[in-house]
Amino acid sequence: MDRRQFFKLCACGATTSAIAALGMMPGEAMAAPREYKLLRAKETRNNCCYCSVGCGLLMYSHGTVGKNSEQSIFHIEGDVDNPVNRGALCPKGAGLVDYVNSPNRNQYPEVREPGTNEWKRISWQEAYSRIARHMKDDRDANLIETNEAGTTVNRWLTTGMMTSSAQPNEGGFITHKFARATGLVAIDTIARN
Amino acid sequence: MTNHWIDIKNTNVAIIMGGNAAEAHPVGFGWVSEAMQHNDAKLVVVDPRFTRSASLADVYAPLRSGTDIAFLLGVIRYLIETDQVNHDYVKAYTNASFIVREDFEFNDGLFSGFDEETGTYNKESWFYELDGEGFAKVDPSYQHPRCVWNLLKKHVDRYDFDTVSNITGTKVEDYQAVCEVIGSTHTHDRVATFMYALGWTHHTKGAQNIRSMAMIQLLLGNIGVLGGGVNALRGHSNVQGATDMGLLCQGLPGYLKLPNDNDVNLETYLRNYTPVPLRPGQTNYWQHYPKFFVSQMKSFWGKYATKENDFGYDWLPKWDLQYDYTKHLDMMYHGQVNGLFVQGVNCINSQPNRNKVLKALSNLKYLVVLDPLATETATFWQHADQFNEVNPASIQTEVFRLPTTLFAEEEGCIVNSGRWMQWHWKGANPPGESKPDAEILSGIMLTLKQMYKDEGGKLPEPIEAIKWDYHTPSFPHGEEVAKELNGKDIATGRQLDNFTQLKDDGSTECGCWIYSGCWTEAGNMMARRDNHDPSGKGITPGWAFAWPMNRRVLYNRASCDVNGKPWDPKRMILEYTDGHWHGIDVGDFNMKLPPQESAHPFMMQPEGVGRFFALKMLAEGPFPEHYEPMESPIGTNPLHPNVVSNPAVRMLPGVKETLGSNKEFPYVCTTYSMTEHFNYWSTHCRLAAISMPETFVEIDEVLARDKGINNGDWVRISSKRGAMETKALVTQRLQPLKVNGQWVHTIGLPRHGSHNALIRKSFTCNVLTTEVGDANTQTPEYKAFLVNIEKAKGI
Repeated sequence: MDRRQFFKLCACGATTSAIAALGMMPGEAMAAPREYKLLRAKETRNNCCYCSVGCGLLMYSHGTVGKNSEQSIFHIEGDVDNPVNRGALCPKGAGLVDYVNSPNRNQYPEVREPGTNEWKRISWQEAYSRIARHMKDDRDANLIETNEAGTTVNRWLTTGMMTSSAQPNEGGFITHKFARATGLVAIDTIARN
Repeated sequence: MTNHWIDIKNTNVAIIMGGNAAEAHPVGFGWVSEAMQHNDAKLVVVDPRFTRSASLADVYAPLRSGTDIAFLLGVIRYLIETDQVNHDYVKAYTNASFIVREDFEFNDGLFSGFDEETGTYNKESWFYELDGEGFAKVDPSYQHPRCVWNLLKKHVDRYDFDTVSNITGTKVEDYQAVCEVIGSTHTHDRVATFMYALGWTHHTKGAQNIRSMAMIQLLLGNIGVLGGGVNALRGHSNVQGATDMGLLCQGLPGYLKLPNDNDVNLETYLRNYTPVPLRPGQTNYWQHYPKFFVSQMKSFWGKYATKENDFGYDWLPKWDLQYDYTKHLDMMYHGQVNGLFVQGVNCINSQPNRNKVLKALSNLKYLVVLDPLATETATFWQHADQFNEVNPASIQTEVFRLPTTLFAEEEGCIVNSGRWMQWHWKGANPPGESKPDAEILSGIMLTLKQMYKDEGGKLPEPIEAIKWDYHTPSFPHGEEVAKELNGKDIATGRQLDNFTQLKDDGSTECGCWIYSGCWTEAGNMMARRDNHDPSGKGITPGWAFAWPMNRRVLYNRASCDVNGKPWDPKRMILEYTDGHWHGIDVGDFNMKLPPQESAHPFMMQPEGVGRFFALKMLAEGPFPEHYEPMESPIGTNPLHPNVVSNPAVRMLPGVKETLGSNKEFPYVCTTYSMTEHFNYWSTHCRLAAISMPETFVEIDEVLARDKGINNGDWVRISSKRGAMETKALVTQRLQPLKVNGQWVHTIGLPRHGSHNALIRKSFTCNVLTTEVGDANTQTPEYKAFLVNIEKAKGI
């Protein structure tokens, strides 16, 4: 606010007070405005998942903290405290709540059996067992323990992995351990895309 | 980024080339606006298209896609010829005075050591001349004919204004205007920043594009200072972190190297990656490599990593070839691969040459897709009109689709372009039975461990040994893993303060040395939220944690002269007074040393200086050189017709046949995104889908007239790899350029589309793209390939 605006505002305030003093203020409004929708929401801090400016987010969710109550995110906006974006978001970031609540989210572990034309819902345990079985059969058959020169190389080339560039570092480290412990060499990220 | 987003406000000249920050990083671009409004900064944009960034620029110059090196080497020539060089900086902090071996040569487009048969270089001669003690010889007077300065001058001498204009299609007057603005920052009191993104990496010489720019920044003294630097605007929210985590075929976390077949044992391995200094008195920081590596092995194998078994060294796989995804996809295509894990990547839309990707996936025995969204990759076996013409019955791949959480439903740290490690918190549970990736991979790993325990099998040791001692092994919490990345003293269990405390005897554990300091005994440094900026220069030392060491500006020793006096007092980062260093950022050097002893700001290099001459680091030469894209619209290289494109690119058998000629496919196609696009995710988000409901292609008015195409008409675009239909957007943003005597038209194809999302069903641009990649990184040439275009009936 500059000096000029300050004076204007003061003048405006003085006028309003004068009108009120003359008893000309409107009476009490009976229809209360709707309560500010974020007021009773839970606020959680996060960062935008799109580009790597790293804009801070405030995510608002409803639901109590009770055990049987599910939080549901209904609004996301920029975090004014974050020095990089100071509350701003681009059009994509401003629409993040539609990513969280996309109708195309996967919900359950599923399998598509060879040659079929449908998804079949399975349990996590079935998924783990069947995937681990595939891995073990392939690894046991194809792990290269030594090269022609006799050097220990322990590489497994018949399975590969494209890794995520949106999961947190901690998931990335677990991914790295998972890959190298089994002997995977052919791992890559979208960094190369 | 050597610097960070907010620091852009300190610049005098922002050059956006190989990127379009106003469109793709709009909030980050706010700091360019800040510099323009409050620091009187000029914005320069060089791009084949008049982009949103260009529309805000003071100077805009179009260039033909794939000719950035010619453009930038011409800038170097101009700077040297007009003596707009920061000589003090160049002399003190670069290898300009270093003498190169006598057998190094460059003739007719090729450097010494090229082997025609293998298409690779023997790089022996790309090195300094050494003295008896193994130190590089230097000539500070620049008199020696083979000192880097003279070789550089000779190398760029060919890139005069007319030659550059002939190759790039940029008009001489536009080019000169760009040169002049950049040149204005050679003084100590002015600085330029370069901002680039995939527009530079998506080329067969992407790494050299970036190097050419870094060389300009060295010439101008613009690295290590406020408002300067080499600034990659990265794409995904945590692609920086994924790279830090070494999720690449030849990497380990913290930019350590996955061993290859030549590193036969730990001793050889450590010798090969622990450099010896090339000049006296160096910090040569990689001398600590063994400490970083051994501590990492302790975080991998825990108690199983002992001195006796070389800390589990032999359990790490070794590589014999670069198995990046294009190579591995080629193996899949040829039926040599059984399984693939795809985590948060949409291969069938993103990876080049869609028809090949489809065939490759169809050859798999099992495919595991971990994703929050129902991607086309998971359903590659489903028929979808002309967009995915397959017969499910003939595809024998067993596909698992596993639902994962997304950012809002998990805690952890992601790293932005400026290396800020920012912690985030979980706001809600995911839908259905979705789980975080770490939990899913743990579930598989623990099942696999049990299977090896029950059944035995090949090499069970690493699977038994891999350290999974989390509180709940089936779900490692972000906090535990973050602490593991920081590292601890094993005997006391104390979190380390930083990586200077790492040991190579197995007594410390640290997942990623560059992150050390992010979670100390004082707690989670990444979760700090003090946004106070005491210096007013945008350094917010109490906000989150910037690796390494909470340092906000890398190479900041270079902001002072040899005696520790800031080149520009208004841009002070650090200063040596009264026998001490003090300043506004953590020094990128040993701050206990007096200035003369720490005057080698590029301390990760064994000679401590920035390199105009890159030694053996890159595949295609120690200096950048202009090579045409693999598919060149002019079919020749005006500088050396015998060497048209990058001679060192990897050409897998059969791939040459997938490249088209300019006779058949006369137009340059380049791909990019708009603000509302994000690698196909955004097609699943209602608001983004409403604002970008379908695909289109941008073409210039001249070409549109020639082809009888009107705005909104359906067109068919074809390359040697495939064809697609979409709608035409006739625009003035693209203009034909006169190159080597002919008119070259550029077609702009946004990376958008899906047949399985909330937008109109459409093709994706990777139907057309080529898999041939950069000779170093193998990043495909998405930005410059050849197509044809004609009017079509439409879908």
